[in-house]
Amino acid sequence: MNDLMNRRDLLKLAGMGVAVFVSGATMRASGTEQKMNDSFYFVQLSDTHWGFNGPNINPDSRGTLKKAVAAVNSLDAQPDFIVFTGDLTQTTDDPKIRRDRMAEFRDIVSQLKVKAVRFMAGEHDASLDRGEAYQEFFGDLHYTFDHNAIHFIVLDNVSDPMAAVGEKQLRWLQSDLKQLNKDARIVVLTHRPLFDLAPDWDWATRDGAAVIESLLEHQNVTVLYGHIHQEHHHMTGHIAHHAARSLMWALPEPGSVPKKAQIPWNAAEPYRGLGFRNVEAHVPQARYEIEEFPILRG
Amino acid sequence: MKKLVMFLVAATGGYLHQQSVVRSAAGEIRNNEEVIRISASTFEFKPSEITVRKGMPVVLELTSKDRHHGFKLSAFELRVDIKPGVDEKVRFVPDKIGKFTFLCDVFCGDGHEDMSGTIRVIE
Repeated sequence: MNDLMNRRDLLKLAGMGVAVFVSGATMRASGTEQKMNDSFYFVQLSDTHWGFNGPNINPDSRGTLKKAVAAVNSLDAQPDFIVFTGDLTQTTDDPKIRRDRMAEFRDIVSQLKVKAVRFMAGEHDASLDRGEAYQEFFGDLHYTFDHNAIHFIVLDNVSDPMAAVGEKQLRWLQSDLKQLNKDARIVVLTHRPLFDLAPDWDWATRDGAAVIESLLEHQNVTVLYGHIHQEHHHMTGHIAHHAARSLMWALPEPGSVPKKAQIPWNAAEPYRGLGFRNVEAHVPQARYEIEEFPILRG
Repeated sequence: MKKLVMFLVAATGGYLHQQSVVRSAAGEIRNNEEVIRISASTFEFKPSEITVRKGMPVVLELTSKDRHHGFKLSAFELRVDIKPGVDEKVRFVPDKIGKFTFLCDVFCGDGHEDMSGTIRVIE
């Protein structure tokens, strides 16, 4: 805990700390044999779109990800692990360029001090070839892992270009959930929103309702995702959904403008709307504190 | 048959379902219908601005020039896949006035996010 306090003090001094969002969840009796005394934190980065080129949107498209890596490395207390919630690369029709971008992305993030890094795909990475190139570089499209008594489920709602999880993966999810106690701590990591945030903007998962219905049987579920390039918080029943900012461009609030469009770069406020987040997990309480951080300059 | 089932599933509930929106087996055009042809290609619909009249039956004839696209008009619970070489006809009767967005909901590449249009329904 001292380490966490030191980290916050450092961030405050650096002028980085912005906001804390607390995901409400009630104390539950321990339902697992794994240790539940720990608080720990991990970092979520999202929508890096490596390979994007648009000077009026982000004139530092070749530098923003590197700055984010440096910012994470500069944290006084390093996270237990780091997750990238999709759209690692900008899409392309050319399979060779797609792989080149993935290789470059992988080289850049290999500079992270923390080597425990979890990846997932976005539609830009995986929709045009059903995840073929992505799997060559980053492994499975859906999987689980456990950390300090929290069960993390990575869901793929992008390798199907129709933005569906699909029956096969849904059955896999339901089978995985059956093995867990009803009060297990569960964090779902995915790219698209699982609920209909803005279907007219393609901000939805076609069969997301079925996924949520399966998850609702468990008491402590939180979803972290990307895709919408902004911080956003929403509840479906007792499940909290938190969207992360992008590391390439920002998008307007859902439904706030007639047509969705990238927000142009503002030289007076460079990197505005971009950033990453720390997620501090208080395991016994099944509570998560989210701190949003902007991109550092220079 | 498979396509018809999928379409009806997508159109469950609401006005469209009540009005028995169907795709005619032969795809023939009925006398009182306004036919609007829309072509999809990376990354645009042509035309992207359409005006129709409230209460007048409309047939959207959808074609793709290059790859698999989708057409989604959620305000009227319409969606259909558009694939090269397959002409799709979608019927509906606009029952409300306003400006409504349609979009490609099958990820089709760099520019997919911009592939949308609007249908304006007037009196």
